[in-house]
Formats: sequence, structure tokens, C-alpha cells
Amino acid sequence: MINKIKLSLVLLVIAISQSNALIEVDITRGNLDPLPIAVSPLSAEEVTEDNLTKELKEENIGQKISEVVENNLKNSGLFNPLNKDAFLQKPDIAHLKPRFEDWSLIKAQALITGKVTLVNEKLRVEFRLWDVLAGKEMMALAFTTVPSNWRRVGHIITDKVYERLTGEKGYFDTRIIYVAEEGPKTKRIKKLAIMDQDGSNIKYLTLGNELVLTPRFNPTNQMVTYLSYFRNLPRVYLLDIETGIQEVVGDFPGMTFAPRFSPDGKKIIMSFAMDGNSDIYTMDLENRIVERITNHPSIDTSPSYSPDGKFICFNSDRSGYQQIYVMKSDGTSVKRISFGKGLYGTPVWSPRGDLIAFTKLHKGKFYIGVMRNDGSGERLLTENYYQEAPSWSPNGRVLIFYRETKTDSEGKGFSAKLWSIDLTGYNERMVKTESDASDPSWSSLLSN
Amino acid sequence: MSKNILISSLLHFILIFITAVSLPFLAKKPLDLPPIISVELIQIAEETNIPYAPKAKKIIEEVKKKEEKVTSEQAPPKKVKKEKPDSVPLPDENLEKVKKIEEKKQNPEKIEDEIKQVSEFEKDDLFDPDSIAALIDKSKEETAETIKKNNKITQSSDKNVDNLSLTLNEEDALKAQIFSCWSIPLGLPYNENLLVRIKLELKPDGTVIRSEIMDHARMNKPGQGFYKVLAESALRAIKLCQPLRVPTKGYERWKNLQLNFDAREMLQG
Repeated sequence: MINKIKLSLVLLVIAISQSNALIEVDITRGNLDPLPIAVSPLSAEEVTEDNLTKELKEENIGQKISEVVENNLKNSGLFNPLNKDAFLQKPDIAHLKPRFEDWSLIKAQALITGKVTLVNEKLRVEFRLWDVLAGKEMMALAFTTVPSNWRRVGHIITDKVYERLTGEKGYFDTRIIYVAEEGPKTKRIKKLAIMDQDGSNIKYLTLGNELVLTPRFNPTNQMVTYLSYFRNLPRVYLLDIETGIQEVVGDFPGMTFAPRFSPDGKKIIMSFAMDGNSDIYTMDLENRIVERITNHPSIDTSPSYSPDGKFICFNSDRSGYQQIYVMKSDGTSVKRISFGKGLYGTPVWSPRGDLIAFTKLHKGKFYIGVMRNDGSGERLLTENYYQEAPSWSPNGRVLIFYRETKTDSEGKGFSAKLWSIDLTGYNERMVKTESDASDPSWSSLLSN
Repeated sequence: MSKNILISSLLHFILIFITAVSLPFLAKKPLDLPPIISVELIQIAEETNIPYAPKAKKIIEEVKKKEEKVTSEQAPPKKVKKEKPDSVPLPDENLEKVKKIEEKKQNPEKIEDEIKQVSEFEKDDLFDPDSIAALIDKSKEETAETIKKNNKITQSSDKNVDNLSLTLNEEDALKAQIFSCWSIPLGLPYNENLLVRIKLELKPDGTVIRSEIMDHARMNKPGQGFYKVLAESALRAIKLCQPLRVPTKGYERWKNLQLNFDAREMLQG
């Protein structure tokens, strides 16, 4: 009897182990091709359409919003928006219940549908994101805003879709501040300008009487710090974008330059030069107390905080050549991190904290590159005749910088344009601006 | 005058002569062709069959001869287990393995020594490409082992030949197919655990009846939002790839399949 029980137990164990026996296949590779996505035009009823056209003097707002989304997704390099001509289903019906077979037929893996309505003279935009292959809804949201804000709604939709499909925050509802340049190279007029991340809604913030340089966004609000000339000396300024009020930061006898905000937005870190020696200083914006961070006879400049505010990267020629250094935020434990050939400049700490972007000059070529914050894993993303000043997108995935072209023998052909490149180094694009542009700085997400 | 003509024609003649002699010579300079690399195309068999190195073959044959001499009765299962590392790696030797096992059953003690010899030799001297997978995943090997053992006890020896894993060819075909379907979400944090295990139930033609994420609880944990994104991308890949490129034979073997999607290699790369 006991033997029988034992036997049955053994058989049971065998049965269990057999049922657990599963063939396992490890999938360790995939493709990095852009995800095919269908952005169906947002539908609008006729009455809404008429009212919106009257109010905004623009037709087909639904379609235009979807174009904003489509353009954003395409520029990210991670998505491949499909041609609308291939869509089989009407936008309004697709928004209720997509026929997934139709969408998978055109190879879409995700689908965005939506609807525009006018409620109490406010624009209400709802959208749904569908997983075509699984045949289910992934997300549904609605936004209400003043109708003139329709482009922003497009950017916010893109952010939501991007985050849902890539697992990382988007960077579309953001703005870029830059220096707009006009006129011949010897007599350039430089104005501060601000635009949406996709190049639309350009606004000029200064008149161009004074030279302006290196505008930088406060990571926490819509404040900007930049460099302008005051009594023929470069000085650091603060500008509130909403109110237009600007002021000089501190009262230094020499020149101050390369300003940048701390991650909490409460301090400005900058260089201060007197008698040919420049060092790094911070200034508290509340009590205006100035603190000296470096004290070295070499030129220390371009400081940038790590996102946790504990470290500062900067460049210095203390080793004889311009290289990148990292130190604690109180100025101790200075450590050189760049050791490659050439000169390194304009280090900027990524908002993710893992990388530092820089400009490198080697054998007469300029490179934009990234390295880890200990200096390892240096990667050069792009090479050109002249380019510099990278600035990170708020999610730390894309860099914007400017590139100048060579002047020919007659002094013509010079141009300065904004370019963006993502961390893969493949997705390089020119950002359209009305005039020549330099020194871009990316804002944080406007809607948080 | 005539002297001049003479000199001129002489020089012309020399020039023509030099051209005639040297130019064709230059033109005929042999082309520097790279050496031809010959590639032999081999028919790929159903089962992966990588031959031994000749030396190793000799030694193994000797070992086998020794084994043949041994005879006796039943062996306890434990001992069979010890012998496993030798038998798993060589699918083409399956038949012999079965024989060996039966023989070993007959005389437990002596065989144990033999087995040790074989396995030690295997580990130290012979790099066996078939065993890589087994070495990497011991647990996989063990489950496969126990099953095989069970088969041997309960079923006829013919069925034992059916290994409970895919051959390298079968696995490669399936992997290659899914690699092409899987769009890895690029925004994932690359220092996190990015492994999604998905259990599949398949039809004989490779279409998916049911798919199940094994760490389902993790999907809704706070701070693991990226895991959901990753899991969904893996499910999309499976759906996109349907029907899966499964082996034509042995449905029982692979009707339940587990796919381990691991994005770390790609994202850290």
C-alpha cells in the first residue's frame, strides 16, 4: 500500500514537472525601425467646423491638429506616420470603433483618432490611441482650451502618445529660445527669439539694439537668462518671458558670461572674468548672494549643473588645453573627465543625468558628442565645419545646436541654422527658422 | 636640312618604338584580383549536427567501447541524472545515449565511473558548441533531463529521440522571424530589468491561440510603467509575426512555448 502511494506521488511529481517543461526561446534583438503609426484626421461636425473657421480664420482645424501630431512623430525619428491616402476608414467612424483589420492591412501598428468640438466657445479635443494588432484602446484623453491654442493641443497629444509608446516622457509641448541673426557677418543684428519646438509661433523678445548671446531657460519656469552688452561689457541678464521685464544680474566690475540656471531655478551659475582670469560663480536669485566656486589661475567657464544639483561640469584649460571637468557643487573634488584628442567645450549635463553633451574641436572640425558623466563612452554624433552649443530636450534624448556654413571668397554664403540630432546620431534635422539662428536653448515641458 | 629631317625622323622613330614597346606592356599588366574564397554550401539538416573534432571522436569511441563491455540490471534514477551533461549536448547521438542509459541501468556502480570520465573530459578538453545553451541555462537543461528520463521509463525508446527543445535551426528560424517584428521602444531606461516572459499556446500552423505575460503583476506596479510599454511591444511583435515559423514536425513538443524578450542587449549596446 505504502509503495502504491509512493508510486503515485512519484507519478504526480513527474506529471507536474512535465507540465512545467516549456521550450524557451530568448529574443534578445529587435529592430529599431520607426513604428508605423496612422494618425487619422480629427473629425469635427459641420456646425463646429463653421464656428471654428469663423473664430480662427483657419479651416479644417481637426486635420491641422493631426498634422501637427504627425509632423512631431515623424521628426522624433521613432515613428513612421503612414500616408493618409491609404486610410480606408472615415475619421469619425474610426474614432468610435476602428476596423482593426483595415488598419493592420496598411501595416499600422498604432492608430490615433480624435474629435474636435466647440463647447461654450472653448475648443474641446478628444483623442484615442489604439493598439491595432491587439485590437484594443491604449489611451483616451480630452483637452479643453481656448481655440487659438490648437497647436499646443497637437503637441500635448504627441507627448502623451510618445510617452505611452516609448516609455519615456515626450518633448513636444516645449519652446526653444535662440538668437535670431540678420545682416552681414561684420554687422550682425542679433535679437532674442522664441518659438515652439517645431518652429512655429516665432516671437521676438528684444529689438536688436544690443548684441545678445547664450540665452538659457530656467528649467522650472518661463524665465530666461542671457548675455547682453552693457556699457560695452558683456553682462548677464534675466528676462521674464511673460512680463517682458529684464534686469542685470549682480554688479560685477568685470565681465560676466556663460550663465545657466541651477536645476531648481533658484541660482544662476556663470563665469566672471577680471584681469584675464575667469572663474565660476553662482548667484542666489532671492538674496543676490554671490559665491565663488572655482579659484584657479586658468580659464574656467561654461558651467552646467547635474540635474540633482550636486555636481557641476565646466571647461577649463588648467591642463594646458581646454578640457571638461566635473566637481562637486561647492567647488571641491575637481576631476578631469575628457581625455580624447582635441579641445572640448560647452559641456551640458543631460536632464536624465547620465550623459554630458559637448562640442569638440579636432583637426579643424567641430563635433557634437556625448560622454557619460565619468568621461567614459565618448560618442561623437555629428561632424561639421562649424557647430556648437548643444542644448538638451527635456527628456534627454535630443540635442539642439547651431551650425554655421563657410563664407566663400567674396564673403557670401554664410548662414547659421539650428539643427537637432537624437542620441542615436542618425536622426539629424534642420529646425526651420525665419532668419539665421544661433545659441538655442530648449525649455522644459510647458504642461506638467 | 636633310640632316635635320633625318634627326627628326630618327627621333620620331625612337618615340614610336618606345611607345609600341612600352604601352602594350603597361596595358597588359595583370590585374590584381583578390584570391577566390571558396564557400561550400551544405544542406542544412532538420537536426543540428555538428561533428566532433577527430581527436575527440577517437576518445569518445574508446569510451563507448568500454561502456559496451559493461552489463547488469536496473539503476536508480539519480545516477542517470549525473550522466546527463554528456547526453544533452549531442542531439545526433540521441540513439546511442538511450542505449547508454539502458546499459547503465544494468550496472549502476561501474557505469558511474565511466560517466564521470566522460563528463570530465567533456568539460575540460572538448568545447562542445551544442552544449552552450545547456550551460547557459542549467534549469532548462534539468527540466529537459527529467522529462527525457520519464520518457525513457514510460515510453518506447523511439520517442526518447524527440528532444524536448528546438534544434538550433528551428530556434534560429523562429528568432530571426521575431527579431524582424519586434520594434524595441527606444525610451526605456537601460539600467532596469528589461525582461518580459510570454507564454504562448500555438496551433500546429503557428498561429497563436493564447498569449500570457508571466510577470503580469509587474505591469501595474508604480515606477514600472516602462515594463508595460515593453510587454506591449513584445505582444505586438508576436501578433505581427503570426503565424510563427515553427517546426513542421513535433507539434506536441512546441505547442506551448515561452518567449523571453530581453531588450537590455539592444539598449545598452
